[in-house]
Amino acid sequence: MKSFVPVALVIVALAVLPLFVQSNVVLNFLVVTLMLALAGQGWNILGGYGGQYSFGHAIFFGTGAYVTAILQVKYGVNAWLAFGCGMVAGAVVGTVVGWLAFRAGLRGSYFALVTLAFAEVLRIVASVAPITGAGVGTLVNLDMRFSAMQFQSRAVFYWLILSLVAAALIITWLIERSRFGAWLIAVRENEDAARALGVNALTVKLGAMVISGVVTAAAGCFYVQYFLFVDSHIAYGTWISVEALLTPIIGGAGTIFGPLVGALVVRALGEGALLITGHAPGLDLVVFGMVLIAVVWFSPSGIIGLRKTLLGKFRRPAAEVRRG
Amino acid sequence: MAEPLLDLRGVSRRFGGLLAVGGVSMNVREGSITALIGPNGAGKTTLFSLISGFLRPSEGEIYYDGRDVTGEPSHKLARRGIGRTFQIVQPFAGLTVRENIRVGAYLRHPRRDDAMAAAEKVAREVGLEPVLDAPADTLTVAGRKRLELAKALATEPKLLLLDEVLAGLNPSEIRDIIPVIRGLQRRGITVLMIEHVMQAVMSLAEQVFVLAEGRLIAEGTPEAVAADRAVIEAYLGHGAAVRLATVSS
Repeated sequence: MKSFVPVALVIVALAVLPLFVQSNVVLNFLVVTLMLALAGQGWNILGGYGGQYSFGHAIFFGTGAYVTAILQVKYGVNAWLAFGCGMVAGAVVGTVVGWLAFRAGLRGSYFALVTLAFAEVLRIVASVAPITGAGVGTLVNLDMRFSAMQFQSRAVFYWLILSLVAAALIITWLIERSRFGAWLIAVRENEDAARALGVNALTVKLGAMVISGVVTAAAGCFYVQYFLFVDSHIAYGTWISVEALLTPIIGGAGTIFGPLVGALVVRALGEGALLITGHAPGLDLVVFGMVLIAVVWFSPSGIIGLRKTLLGKFRRPAAEVRRG
Repeated sequence: MAEPLLDLRGVSRRFGGLLAVGGVSMNVREGSITALIGPNGAGKTTLFSLISGFLRPSEGEIYYDGRDVTGEPSHKLARRGIGRTFQIVQPFAGLTVRENIRVGAYLRHPRRDDAMAAAEKVAREVGLEPVLDAPADTLTVAGRKRLELAKALATEPKLLLLDEVLAGLNPSEIRDIIPVIRGLQRRGITVLMIEHVMQAVMSLAEQVFVLAEGRLIAEGTPEAVAADRAVIEAYLGHGAAVRLATVSS
């Protein structure tokens, strides 16, 4: 994407939305959707642009969530500062896991499995370690003040998560235009060819992992401020790893708006299915699965790529005729 | 004599029990076009991978531009000015031709606009200008070979390793690309090429090295090498040189 205009338009359009929508149910839906989009935006930088498919982005989400919660509850740190520390923790975890995995030359499904394993290990550790509240989890005290980063109004939470999503959109846009982004995509497309052209694949992948970690950790930090509770299943459970990769893949991996579109579509369909069937348990998951199959089948480049895929379907026969 | 740009000193590479390259010493003069030939499986591509840092030598040293670069990783060597193409072309398939070349151009031009301009200049030079916005995977074989060359050129190398850029091209395509390679030399790029197309080797190279079963068996001008007994035997089998001599006399 060359121009910044679409990015700015989307941000502005989303920012004025609460002026027209006062329903708490709708706002709650949008807040959670944006939070999942943010987690997906983190995944998208590493997985979509860098081609390194992580199955364990819960390591970032959970670390952000726990650091934010524990610093506030156990050490009395200011909520805003704790939020920042949670994001830094995401960068640290990204550096460590990325360094271990990429140094060992793990690619493709091996990388995916190692990230999944890290998330599971962290989940088990968090479910027994005293500092995380073990099985009970950690509860953040209700304290509706700006300084505690808790707000009476859903709209303020909405603007908070939107500003994070907007920051992630801008970061992604900047990456796309930069040398780092070009090298990251080159590594995704063909790592050996990239190395021959002077690309240090290790540092490029590591850089993407760190940025990815910070963004997804921010989603975890936000989760704690919004729901005021975290335990090992929420923090490091597979649900968030799946959400983080599902939203960009359905929306369009390696595109700026992919995670946002994916999160909106997936959540709208999921909620819609629950409404129609009167909250049959697990039905939203069935819908997720069907959407994923449909997307992978019809448009491997996601909803954003649908237009291109359709155009290609019409164009390809013509090209073949010319060649023959 | 001026110091060679590339100097291999007893370079070997083993894969388990297999000696792919054994004690090769050779050097490439700055500003020259040098060819590396040999039968299939002689170890030519392995030697290229050693020079470009994709493999580490088991023994021996590699000097480039007067400095020991043995075992340096490929991205560092690219920065030092060693460019390479791959025998099996390696385009970034999902990207356009322009984006492909720009990846290489970014090495010397960190700013986007500069890299873009440099990429377009290289595209003009190798004749890819008309297809700049085409996806790389829609190119013909000849187009892909040109793209392979363009990507490497965009890194502004001093030494360019060309691994069979002419293989798979038809005679007219070969005729088209030979002037491009000659143009590289005029621009001051030193070329080391692996090539099976002897017509090209004869017309381009000043110096030829012949590799067979991992060892250097001959070196010299193209004419001298083509008449060399050991070279003929390596290609045509033991005793072939003698039989050829009998037939022609």
